[in-house]
Amino acid sequence: MDSFTQRRRRDLILAAFLAAIAACVPFFVKDVYVQNIMVLTLMYAALSQAWNILSGYCGQISLGHALYFGLGAYTTALLFTKFGVLPWFGMLAGGAISSVIALALGYPTFRLRGHYFVIATIVIAEIGFLLFHNWEWAGAALGIDIPVRGDSWAKFQFTRSKLPFYYFALVFCCVAWLITWWLEDSKWGFWWRAVKDNPDAAESLGVVVFNSKMGAAAVSAFLTAIGGAFYAQFVSYIDPESVMTFQFSLLMALPAVLGGIGTLWGPVLGAVILIPMTELTRSFIGGSGRGVDLILYGAVIVLISLARPDGLIGLFSRRPASKGVPQ
Amino acid sequence: MMVAMDPGFRRDDMRGKPLTAATIIQSLASGLLMGLLYGLLAVGLALIFGLMDVTNFAHGEFLMLAMYLTFFLFMFWAVDPLLSIPIVAAGMFVFGAVIYLIIIRFAMRAKANIGMVQIFATFGLAILMRGLAQYFFTPDYRSIPASMLGGKTISFFGVFLPVPQLVGALISIAAFGALYFFMKKTDFGRALEATREDAGAVALVGIDKNKVFALGWGLGSALIGLAGGVMAIFFYIYPDVGASFALIAYVTVALGGFGSVFGAFAGGIIVGLVEATTAMILPPSLKSVGIYAVYLLVVFIRPRGLFGSI
Repeated sequence: MDSFTQRRRRDLILAAFLAAIAACVPFFVKDVYVQNIMVLTLMYAALSQAWNILSGYCGQISLGHALYFGLGAYTTALLFTKFGVLPWFGMLAGGAISSVIALALGYPTFRLRGHYFVIATIVIAEIGFLLFHNWEWAGAALGIDIPVRGDSWAKFQFTRSKLPFYYFALVFCCVAWLITWWLEDSKWGFWWRAVKDNPDAAESLGVVVFNSKMGAAAVSAFLTAIGGAFYAQFVSYIDPESVMTFQFSLLMALPAVLGGIGTLWGPVLGAVILIPMTELTRSFIGGSGRGVDLILYGAVIVLISLARPDGLIGLFSRRPASKGVPQ
Repeated sequence: MMVAMDPGFRRDDMRGKPLTAATIIQSLASGLLMGLLYGLLAVGLALIFGLMDVTNFAHGEFLMLAMYLTFFLFMFWAVDPLLSIPIVAAGMFVFGAVIYLIIIRFAMRAKANIGMVQIFATFGLAILMRGLAQYFFTPDYRSIPASMLGGKTISFFGVFLPVPQLVGALISIAAFGALYFFMKKTDFGRALEATREDAGAVALVGIDKNKVFALGWGLGSALIGLAGGVMAIFFYIYPDVGASFALIAYVTVALGGFGSVFGAFAGGIIVGLVEATTAMILPPSLKSVGIYAVYLLVVFIRPRGLFGSI
C-alpha cells in the first residue's frame, strides 16, 4: 500500500473519530451561547470546505461566494414563505439554482485570470446583493421573516433547542469533508491540481481546463447554497445585509486560507480557530463598538498569512514547511 | 466586522431631477469630474501592481486614513482641506513606505501561495486599520463643515459644476501629468520602470530593490492622499468609508488594465461617466450596478482590460 493510500485511510479514521467526539460534545456542553458558536463553527468549516474545492484545489480564487450563500438562503426562505414548500426541498432547489448560476457565470468568467477573475467574482456578488436589496417581492432591504410554525424536523424549525441545528451542521460538515476527500483522489482532483499549478501545461496534457473549472464551481456553489439554506433556518430571518455581503465571501475563504488552502483539513482547522475567536472577541470586547475585535482579528490574519503562508496545517505535517527566502 | 460595500454618502447628490438635455449634460459633467477623481484614487493601485504584481486590498483603508488626516488637520489646527492636501500626501507617502517595509516585504517572501498571502495579508491590514479607526476615531460620521471650496459651484455656459470636484479633477490631471513626467524623466522614475521590468537585473546594477519598492508604495499612497484630501471635503468620513470606494478603485484599475497608469486615468473617466449615466436611469441605490456591468462587459471582451499588457 503506497503512502498516499495510507494517508487517505488515516484521514478517514481521524475524521470518523473527530465526528464521533463532536457528536458527543453537546452531552457535556449545555450552554446555549457556546452551542451557538459550535453550530457556526461547523457551518463555516463546511462552507470553507466548499470554497476550498473551487479556490483551493482548482485555484480559482472566488471572493464572491456570498452570492451562492445568499441564493441558498433566499430560495429556501422564499419557497417556504410564499409557496409553503418545505425547507428541505428549498435547500435542494437553492443548491440546484446556485449550481446552474455558477455554471452560467463560469462560462464567461473562467476565461479571466488572476486579479481580473477575483474582481469579477466580487463584482458579480455585489450586483446580486444590490438586486436583492431592491427586489420588492423578495422583501428588498427589509428581508424575509420566516414564520415560526412550531418545532419540527419536517419544517426544519426549532425554537427550544439548538441541538437539531448542531447535528445538522455536523452532518453537513462531514458531508462536505467526505465529498472533498472523495474528490481529492478522483480524476477531478488530479485535474484541478493540474489546472491550479499550470493551466497551460494541463491543457497540453489533455486536461480539459475549462470543464474542470466548471465542475469545481458547480460542486462548490451547490454546497455553499446548502449552507445558506441552513443559515436561513437557523436564524429564521434573512435580509441582503445578513446573507449576501462581501463579509460572507471573506468569512468563507478565511478558514481555508488560515488553516491551509487546498488541503483536506485546512478549512476545518481554520474554522475551529477562527470562528470561536471571532464570536468571542465580538461578544466580549466587540460590544464596546470600538473595534477591538476587528483589531485583533485583522492582526491575527496578517500574522498568520505572513508567518505561515501555507496555513496552520503546516504545523501538523511531518514534511518540512516551506521557509521563506530572504530577498 | 462589516465589510459591506454600501455606496458612499454623497453630500451633494442631485437626485430626482427630471431628465432634460440640460440635466443630462449636468450629470455627465459631474460624472466626468468624479471620474477624474476616481482615476486619481485608483492610480496608486495601478502603480504598485505594475511595479510588483501586488494588489493592495487595504487600498480603501488608505483612503480612509487620508480623509481622517484631512479632517483632523482641519479640526485641531483649522487647516483648510485645500492647503492640507500636500501635507496629507506627504504623510501618506511615509505611511505607504512603512507599510511596505513592515508587512508587504515579508508577504512577498512567501514561497507557497504567494497570491493568496498577498491578498489576505492586505485584507488583514484593511480589517486592522478599520478596527484601529473605530477605536481611535470612533464610528461617528465626521464631515468638514466649512472650507474654502465646500458647497460652492461655478457655472460654465449654464452647467453648474461643484467647486470641490472641479478642483479635484484639476489636481487629478496635474497629478497624472506630473506622474508621466516623473516616470519618464527622473532617475527614480527610470529605476521604477527598470525594476518593474526585471527586478533581478536591477540588483546587478546596484539598485536596491527594496528601496525602490518602498518608494513605489510611498508614491502610490501619496496619490491616494491627494484623492483623500479632496474627497474629505464632500464625503462623510467614517471608519468603513474605504470599502465602497475600494471596489470602485479595483474596477477602475482592472478596466484600464492592471499596471497601466494611463489605463487608470481612462478607467476613472469611464467609471465616472457610467456611474452618472446609471444614476439617471436606475434608482440611485443601483447606480453601482452600471459600473460593475461595464467592468464585466469589458473584461469578457478584453480579458486584460482596455490597456493592460500584464
